Amino acid sequence: MKNNILIAALLFAAFPLLSNTLVVCPDCPVNTIAKGIALANPCDTVLVQSGTYYENNIEINKDLTLIGEGMPVVDGKEQGEIFTVENKYFYIEGFRIQNVGRSYVEDRAGIRIRKSTQFTIRNNEFDEAFFAIYLQNSSKGLIEGNHISAHSLEEANSGNAIHAWYCSYLEIANNVVKGNRDGIYLEFVDNSLIHNNLSQDNIRYGLHFMFSDDDSYYDNEFVDNGAGVAVMYSKNIVMQRNVFRDNWGAASYGLLLKDIFDSEIFHNRFNQNTVGIFMETSNRLKIQQNEFSENGWAVKMSGGNQTNILSKNNFLHNTFNLSVHSAGTDNVFSSNYWSDYAGYDLDKDGVGDVPHRPMKLFSYVVSSTPEAMVLLRSLFIDLLNFSEKVSPIFTPENVIDETPLMTPLPVFGKV
Amino acid sequence: MFKIFKYSFFDLIRSRWTYIYAGFYFLFTLGMLMLSSDLSKVVISSMNVVLILCPLIATMFGVMYYYNSREFTELLLSQPIKRTSIFTGQFLGLATSLSVSLLVGAGIPFLMFGVFGSDQAGNFLVLLFNGVVLSFIFAAISFFIALKNEDKIKGFGLAILVWLLLAVVYDGLLLLGLSWFRDYPLEKASLIASVLNPIDLSRVMLLLKLDISALMSLTGAVYRKFLGSGVGMAISVAVLLIWTIIPTLGIRRVCLRRDF
Repeated sequence: MKNNILIAALLFAAFPLLSNTLVVCPDCPVNTIAKGIALANPCDTVLVQSGTYYENNIEINKDLTLIGEGMPVVDGKEQGEIFTVENKYFYIEGFRIQNVGRSYVEDRAGIRIRKSTQFTIRNNEFDEAFFAIYLQNSSKGLIEGNHISAHSLEEANSGNAIHAWYCSYLEIANNVVKGNRDGIYLEFVDNSLIHNNLSQDNIRYGLHFMFSDDDSYYDNEFVDNGAGVAVMYSKNIVMQRNVFRDNWGAASYGLLLKDIFDSEIFHNRFNQNTVGIFMETSNRLKIQQNEFSENGWAVKMSGGNQTNILSKNNFLHNTFNLSVHSAGTDNVFSSNYWSDYAGYDLDKDGVGDVPHRPMKLFSYVVSSTPEAMVLLRSLFIDLLNFSEKVSPIFTPENVIDETPLMTPLPVFGKV
Repeated sequence: MFKIFKYSFFDLIRSRWTYIYAGFYFLFTLGMLMLSSDLSKVVISSMNVVLILCPLIATMFGVMYYYNSREFTELLLSQPIKRTSIFTGQFLGLATSLSVSLLVGAGIPFLMFGVFGSDQAGNFLVLLFNGVVLSFIFAAISFFIALKNEDKIKGFGLAILVWLLLAVVYDGLLLLGLSWFRDYPLEKASLIASVLNPIDLSRVMLLLKLDISALMSLTGAVYRKFLGSGVGMAISVAVLLIWTIIPTLGIRRVCLRRDF
């Protein structure tokens, strides 16, 4: 017993020796990061002091903690990938990684992580890093507080800020991603959380899900992207308290849903997007307590949407509140607030006594003849909408809100 | 001509109806500005009103003014003044007074709310420009119609009919045409069709300025390319001017030939 305690005490005393800290600085004996990593033993910490390091293709195959002190700059001089990690454990914090360089042949990354099961990428800055963070076959990672910017102009020659492929249990939080192709791209990524990020000015999507299930994203902001968020071929996605705004352009969407099932869209705010939510072949979605204001179309449903519930949302001053392509679906529209509702509430229970038809005739006309949009706001169209409202003939029979609310709901920021 | 213009203008500017017309714009614009802090929204609402009211009021005023000032016109005709000067002067007086009503009525509230400090200044100027041009066009058309028809009722009816055709029926036919031929690429056809009608052209010019073009996707892109280019803008302004000039020439022609 006594021996055991002695051994334990010795081990504890020896522990700091086992985990050394290795200092790298421009004037130190170890003056490149690659050298520092080569000299370090597994479980060591490599402390990189401020300065500019022109390095690339740094490979890491052992358990390491990389800490930048005073934001050291790692510049790839446009010549290729910078950190390539293929190891179970990895930690990196406080680096500025820049100029990875574009490539049409390979997906170069600022930090590439392969086959890791415990990693953290925290408080780094990336500038023109092509694919800034590239995760493959990894799980249980935290990507937090990174600031990723690029100045992409075309989809073909730009990369995604955070790109994950075949991953699970990721947490992507408090990052700022600007000017990339996709802000955050997830393909085959399951059981992950994406929250409190700001995704802005990305030329394709702010956040992009492909074949990713059981994820949730909340409290994010998606501003002025090609499309705010695209969720495709996925199921069980929870989307809450996000802000989608100013995703404005000829082919822009706040939220693009394609082939997604059993998901929840709660408490989000859609403001000034060309299309707030665009849905195609999406089933069993619950879209509740969201606010749609000043969008071109608040909700545009293309073909094949079944059994979706749209209720308790606020529709405020959108050019078109709703456009439904095909009739005969069993989607439910109930208890929403529509700012263009013209009914009355005699019994003062807060629910309008006359059902509301949110789809205007013009919206129907435009969905079949897009060029007719030229006539927007013309007197003739106003007359047409009015006559259709009085006696509906063309607009789908079942697109109707039987219990429209008289006052807007408090939607945002309340769970 | 200038004397007659001056006389007509000051006669009209003192009229009650001019005040009511200007007052309406003033109250409407002021009300909208007080209700909404978003200037672009107010420009859109004002656009809806201006595009309906300017042509309508110009048409009504034009016909009314011609028939009401008939005796005075006859008196003038007996004087040694050129016929064209009399009628062109009267028409210009009418159109200018209507334009002044619009500029004052809609302009002052916007100025009060500081439109020139905001990014909506350009849109606001396009709105006023279109309002003024529409007033001129429809005043000329109605004057021409009134001059052609001795019968008051017939003149009124025809003038209203022309307004109805351009403001409502034209769009209906356009929509019908678009949905008939929807299998064909219609961007250019719809562009040409809407450039030909002054009300539609004014509306599209404004809508594109107000960034609704994003809603029009492909059509919007074609429109923006056309109207955004110098040539397109020149053509649009030229079309509006032609719409003003043709009825004015008509007025000239009729007044020279007619036996009073």
